[in-house]
Amino acid sequence: MMELMTAPAPTAPTSPPRLARTVAITSGKGGVGKTFFSANLAAALSRHGMKVLVLDADLGLANLDVVLNLYPKITLHDVFTGKAQLEEAILPAPGGFSVLLAGSGLVEYSRLTPEVRDQLSTIFEAVKPRFDVILIDTGAGISDVVLYAVSMAHEVIVVATPEPTSMTDAYATIKVLASQQSREQLHLVVNQVTRQGDGRAICNQLQQVVDRFVTGPNGTAPKLYFLGDIPLDSCVRDAVQKRQLLLELHPGSAAAQGVVQAATRLQSRG
Amino acid sequence: MPPRLAPEINRIQGLFPRLRQSAAVRLIPSNFTLVEPIIALLEFASPPPAERPGDATSAGAGAGHAAVAAHAAGSELRLDAAMSLLTQAGWAVPDDVAPGSVAWLQLLIDGLCQLSSRDALTGLNNRRQFEAAIAREVDRVARSGEPALLLLADIDHFKKVNDTHGHAAGDVVIRSVAECLQDCVRPMDLVARVGGEEFAIILPNCPPAFGQAVSERIRQKVAAKTVAIIGGQNLNVTVSIGGAFAPPWVRSSAALWSERADQQLYRAKSEGRNRTCLDMPPLTVVSAEEKGLLFAGLTLSDASEPSGGDDLMPKTPE
Repeated sequence: MMELMTAPAPTAPTSPPRLARTVAITSGKGGVGKTFFSANLAAALSRHGMKVLVLDADLGLANLDVVLNLYPKITLHDVFTGKAQLEEAILPAPGGFSVLLAGSGLVEYSRLTPEVRDQLSTIFEAVKPRFDVILIDTGAGISDVVLYAVSMAHEVIVVATPEPTSMTDAYATIKVLASQQSREQLHLVVNQVTRQGDGRAICNQLQQVVDRFVTGPNGTAPKLYFLGDIPLDSCVRDAVQKRQLLLELHPGSAAAQGVVQAATRLQSRG
Repeated sequence: MPPRLAPEINRIQGLFPRLRQSAAVRLIPSNFTLVEPIIALLEFASPPPAERPGDATSAGAGAGHAAVAAHAAGSELRLDAAMSLLTQAGWAVPDDVAPGSVAWLQLLIDGLCQLSSRDALTGLNNRRQFEAAIAREVDRVARSGEPALLLLADIDHFKKVNDTHGHAAGDVVIRSVAECLQDCVRPMDLVARVGGEEFAIILPNCPPAFGQAVSERIRQKVAAKTVAIIGGQNLNVTVSIGGAFAPPWVRSSAALWSERADQQLYRAKSEGRNRTCLDMPPLTVVSAEEKGLLFAGLTLSDASEPSGGDDLMPKTPE
């Protein structure tokens, strides 16, 4: 953990050292299990003794509350509108980590206004000194809100599935992040694989296309770091339906082990 | 009579105190599955009257079907108003449907739903229906990421048609354009009249690459059609069309979506009318060549033979 806190950030466009390690979790396509992964990754990291915050930056379609079965009275929306203090909106989640939920009143934030940008940034700076890791659960797609939320973090995890549309959208996201945010490295997690090893094959395939078509501002293609794959597992559906963390409900399941492994790899890459 | 019926009859008679028992029985379908919805409907149509003991058993006169009897008994089930609206709109009950039967009630409800969702002049969806549909669509796109296009079409110089040829001719023009729009789209698309000479079309699952072609086709069809107005005169009208795609993966609102389409309509009007302007989403950054390479030679294991513990029993924890 100490290494994590003191390690220099690999690409740190916004974050100074000694503050939380900040990781944006995004996906080109929606419905690939991004929020499920964020919550369980947070739980896995917490078990390793880290103080973790999940920031729900999916300002339009906040699902973290559903995944965690939390129905808070105070959300990011109330902080945005000045009805509540930031401290009141940071909640303990079942897996031993903290969450900052967007709330459902955020329709108007589907477009990135300067006010939203400022508010997000202010909140982000305020929480950074208080945690070891901050996971930003962004929305899907490459809208400006998503891109801005990703830009706040110094690392990115792209979540994809073996589905062709998901792979294409993940590739598009990687391409945009490389060109617009000068990302030189990105983490990849492949969810819902039918066999372990498929994720690695997909990562290699994406890397090949990236190498050929994507160049960052310094002329090199971004490098994809494979964090692991998560097998298609009915335990996941069960956990989602019961609104519990997979790591708590089915800790021994293949999918839970996949998440734990991804957490371990993320830590070792810190 | 099955003993189960008694409470239902009592409830219906409670709603319509002068309803004869046999008439109440006729409102209850033989298979029982519709009892609750029917009672809910009756309760909705008629708030429970003040307690009038004695009324519950008094029999109504005549052998009319239940609902009409209920109305005749002075209840608040405004059946005659509904019937006259429906009849005026061309509603007809097939001969084999007995008045007062469940099938009849169903037809009545369907007819009322239809009536409340249609525009009287054109038969298109009305504004109410459009607003419900666009709200549904914006939520659907937010989660599915499927592209959806909203077009707003406005008849050019319509005031001039009204002023020159009269309002009757204006109505004929509106009807003609409505027909033309409906003919131009797929069955899944929703065409609505949302204002005097303004129409809206929701096209679910319409890829951005087709947006321009679709809206141009509509514009050209309208421009090519000749409208025969009263007095043997022929008119040609044009429309200006503005369109916008729903933002995928982002929760937005119907108002924001319409506003973007409306801005494009305004642009089409100010650029000279009889044209289409679309608010295009940023084009996909992935070329066909990249896509091809993305899947070239990629072989993944067969989905039919999962290896990853596809069962609900947790594995032994480590």
